Amino acid sequence: MNNKSSTLGPPNSFEYAPSLEATDIVKIQNKNKLFIAGKFIAPTSNKYFPTYNPATGEILAQIAEANGKDVDLAVKSARKAYNSVWAKMSGRERGRYLYRIARLIQERAKEFMVLETLDNGKPIKESRDVDIPLVAAHFFYYAGWADKLDYAVPGKKVAPLGVVGQIIPWNFPLLMAAWKIAPALACGNTVVIKPAETTSLSILLLAEIFQEAGLPDGVVNIITGAGETGAALVNHADINKVAFTGSTEVGKIIARSIANSNKKLTLELGGKSANIIFEDAAIDQAVEGVINGIFFNQGHVCCAGSRLLIEESIGDMFVEKLKIRMNQLRVGNPLDKNTDIGAINSKDELAKIKRLIQTGIDEGGNYFEANSASVIPSKGFFQKPCFFNGVSSAFTLSRVEVFGPVLAISTFRTAQEAVLKANDTPYGLAAGIWSEKGSKIHKIASQLKAGIIWANTYNKFDPTSPFGGYNESGFGREGGRHGLFPYLEVK
Amino acid sequence: MKNDMKIAKTIKLFIGGEFPRTESGRSYPVYIKKTKTIYANICLASRKDFRNAVTAAQSALASWSAKSAYNRAQILYRMAEMAEGKRQEFIEILVETAGHTKIEANKAVDAGIEAFVYYAGWSDKYQQVMGSVNPVSGPHHNFTSCEPVGLVGLIADAKFDLGKLCSQIAAIIASGNCVVVLMEETGSAVIAPLAEVFATSDLTKGTINLLTGHIDELYKQFGSHMELHSVSCQTTDKLVLSELKVMAADNMKRIVTPMKNNLTLENLTSFVEYKTVWHPIGN
Amino acid sequence: MGDSLRTITVKKNNGATSESIAIFAHPVDEVGVNERADFFTKRSLKKDSKLSALYLAMSMCDLTTLEGSDTPGKIIQLCAKACHPVPPDLIESFLQKKSLRPIPTVAAVCVYPLMVPIAAEALRGSNIGIASVATAFPSGQAPLDVKIADTRFALDHGASEIDMVINRGAFLSGNYQQMFDEILEIKAACGEAHLKVILETGELGSYDRVRLASDIAMEAGADFIKTSTGKINPAATLPVTLVMLQAVADFHKRTGKKIGVKPAGGIRNSKQALQYLCMVNETLGSEWMNPHLFRFGASALVNDLLKQIYKEITGNYYYDKAFSID
Repeated sequence: MNNKSSTLGPPNSFEYAPSLEATDIVKIQNKNKLFIAGKFIAPTSNKYFPTYNPATGEILAQIAEANGKDVDLAVKSARKAYNSVWAKMSGRERGRYLYRIARLIQERAKEFMVLETLDNGKPIKESRDVDIPLVAAHFFYYAGWADKLDYAVPGKKVAPLGVVGQIIPWNFPLLMAAWKIAPALACGNTVVIKPAETTSLSILLLAEIFQEAGLPDGVVNIITGAGETGAALVNHADINKVAFTGSTEVGKIIARSIANSNKKLTLELGGKSANIIFEDAAIDQAVEGVINGIFFNQGHVCCAGSRLLIEESIGDMFVEKLKIRMNQLRVGNPLDKNTDIGAINSKDELAKIKRLIQTGIDEGGNYFEANSASVIPSKGFFQKPCFFNGVSSAFTLSRVEVFGPVLAISTFRTAQEAVLKANDTPYGLAAGIWSEKGSKIHKIASQLKAGIIWANTYNKFDPTSPFGGYNESGFGREGGRHGLFPYLEVK
Repeated sequence: MKNDMKIAKTIKLFIGGEFPRTESGRSYPVYIKKTKTIYANICLASRKDFRNAVTAAQSALASWSAKSAYNRAQILYRMAEMAEGKRQEFIEILVETAGHTKIEANKAVDAGIEAFVYYAGWSDKYQQVMGSVNPVSGPHHNFTSCEPVGLVGLIADAKFDLGKLCSQIAAIIASGNCVVVLMEETGSAVIAPLAEVFATSDLTKGTINLLTGHIDELYKQFGSHMELHSVSCQTTDKLVLSELKVMAADNMKRIVTPMKNNLTLENLTSFVEYKTVWHPIGN
Repeated sequence: MGDSLRTITVKKNNGATSESIAIFAHPVDEVGVNERADFFTKRSLKKDSKLSALYLAMSMCDLTTLEGSDTPGKIIQLCAKACHPVPPDLIESFLQKKSLRPIPTVAAVCVYPLMVPIAAEALRGSNIGIASVATAFPSGQAPLDVKIADTRFALDHGASEIDMVINRGAFLSGNYQQMFDEILEIKAACGEAHLKVILETGELGSYDRVRLASDIAMEAGADFIKTSTGKINPAATLPVTLVMLQAVADFHKRTGKKIGVKPAGGIRNSKQALQYLCMVNETLGSEWMNPHLFRFGASALVNDLLKQIYKEITGNYYYDKAFSID
């Protein structure tokens, strides 16, 4: 062994050097057009708006702004495709297209994951391991339903609804597109879909896949734009159904605006989901579940476990463990493979989160903000994971959806009290239960008013698993056999 | 005693298993079609009565929804038995006040009884048909079960149809929901025997609440009451339906539009929520 | 923690008095542990941080041979490898590339008691420790006095560390007291020598039991808890090690004592080793990132670490034969 002593060479400390995913695989057009009738076309207004990389605050590309005329064109194209091709086509053939789309997504997975991270700000490991694989899986799952719809509703014949208008949010841009498009197409409907204005790029890449797969023109039309574009779509006279995922506030506006029509409606809205930790839980796994529940995707998750309810006997111990764990989280460049928490999607969202944190502080919440285990970039929109401890049910943070990495913690004494507190919300999307006692889990699960119950786990998604809420979290289910019902008419 | 000295009935509301008069003190007459004489005076339900009925339904919900499906099935079947026992009374009312022929009235009663039996059968089976075990990737057991949506308001069709009404009520309560029913004047005299059927069938008090009154006067109450989870609007009045939809958005009430057939599973599942539970499979 | 939850109690004699120690049986969710462990396989170490981690892993190795066929000749070769892991011709090419601090030697060799005298002779003058698997390794199915004698023999001939096996028969039959007492006795026999307690997790059947065995071992005075003998499959895995790391974290929080962890068996390449290091770093923190508190029980790993170090320094892959097989 050499005896040369040197201060050079590898550092003595254990660190993660930057490990950046290369971005040269994606080619982003400067001007991104609308996708109507199988072609990329310029908006009639010729107006474009910028989309940003939230990790740098820099403009990524320009996105077409669709107005009423464009929306009308898209709906007409969808109607034409419905009448002339898609509804007439056999289920088996429709399924073939969907299978092909699933495969093509898998083949170009790397492009999709990089683009999603660039435009949305989510960590590359999440777009790589969660979003994109689930997108492909969703198309694959519903592909198989297309020729089996006779088995969807027992004893009944079913038919497609017609043209469906869909509006999706920015938190899982491509995944939400898959959740909307795949079941709609499998059931024989045609689609006009509007992505969120801050995250239009990945669905436009999906349009290329549709072209590549030979999907008949007009079966899926993509109109980009903001609220006005969405309103034009929702209120278009020739759509048969509206499917919306987004805020409860906008969901209510949509419900009211189409009240005077026969349009069917499904809504996937907000939440303030409780994550309940009993003293007999597997504690270290529960800590992990809380982390995953609220900090997954920067907390931009409608079903985020944003209210933590801990059995009082383990409250202090649990919160201490949570702090230690939170300090390990790496907030940083979303393209870094070691980043756990990426960028907040937009400047506006970050401002909203900051404002709500300030409200929490003003209301007297006990605030804790983690030290990121990595260096936070100076540019871009970032928020360190944080929580408020000792939050009463009356506090804003217990009631309002923050949609960011902000957790509200309170304690309970008995299982009954836990259920009461968990259900003390107008929402009803999801809930978590942590206990190693089986019969307790079943009892609590049946008493919680929520569409998804994660017991000893959290934020798990699967195409076969129905997803959707109770009460003000909306209605209708996406995923599984139940996810077909919103796109079928029962004869 | 001469026929015209028969004691005219006063038909009351049915709320929380009791037979209260309307707190408003209002009533309206129902006439015998042929003779144009008063058959009975019927309570004209007010907003307050509606709110009381929702409260009654609310307090019944925990108990009714927690009953075993088998138990609910037996109670629904019991409703059929009790209705059969009151067949003559139903027929008399339908003939005298609703203008049915005897044959029509008999058919209507048959349809009502049939509905109770039909949905009695569903109450412990629809979960198996509509629930699922979902083959998720990874080590998790994942199943979707059905739960009652909760408190349901039922605005019955202004055009009276006993078979339809019984189908709607039975379809709503079979899964464990509680219901507040509003019936228009026509045929609303059947509330008397119907309420007696419900009062004697071992239902949790408040599971079914019956109001007689005017849709125009009360539909907005249905639309705006924040404790109702769903409203079944069987009236075909477009304005009522669209206004209900607007109001329902405030708390995301599920609005159920007029049903197509009396006896189908869809009538029941319109008032069901799907809950999906995940649990790890480990050691 | 509520009293309603499961707790086992062991008694410890301190001279005239006897102390009752309650040990909480922490439930562990298998799927959750597996998921969390899988997380560390996604960590990405690049460039300097990778090289530094490879160095660190090298310094944490207990270079091991535990065969019935072990001979003095084999042990001498093993010790030579421990002292000079890198062949001299390679040292030169390493040094030409960069000015480096020395590639560390392994932490210890790990041998059977009969081989300790040979190893002591071969390692004389080095800083490399001698760990010996005493206590009727690997089964532990021998009377306690035999186990104590086994331990004393190893210590008397120069072992600096004792790797004992727990009495799985006692543990699995619920005789926690016996398991606890045996560790106490061996610890007493060890004196200043470090005691590593092998749980043989592959025989315990569940993470709940791994956790409980870890807690009992730490209460009884283990300086290290070690996963496996290497004779049973599965040996060390990331999730089972994670369960032990979390037990160590809780024990440290409660008592202030820092207990070491040693996964052994099945860690054959650098990639795996680095995953363990990420896991230790993010579970116990930087204080555990040294050979005093974390070790790898391995044999093939050392060569793979050297190969990877070579690759990181020179940018080239080297052929296997360059690294002596032992």
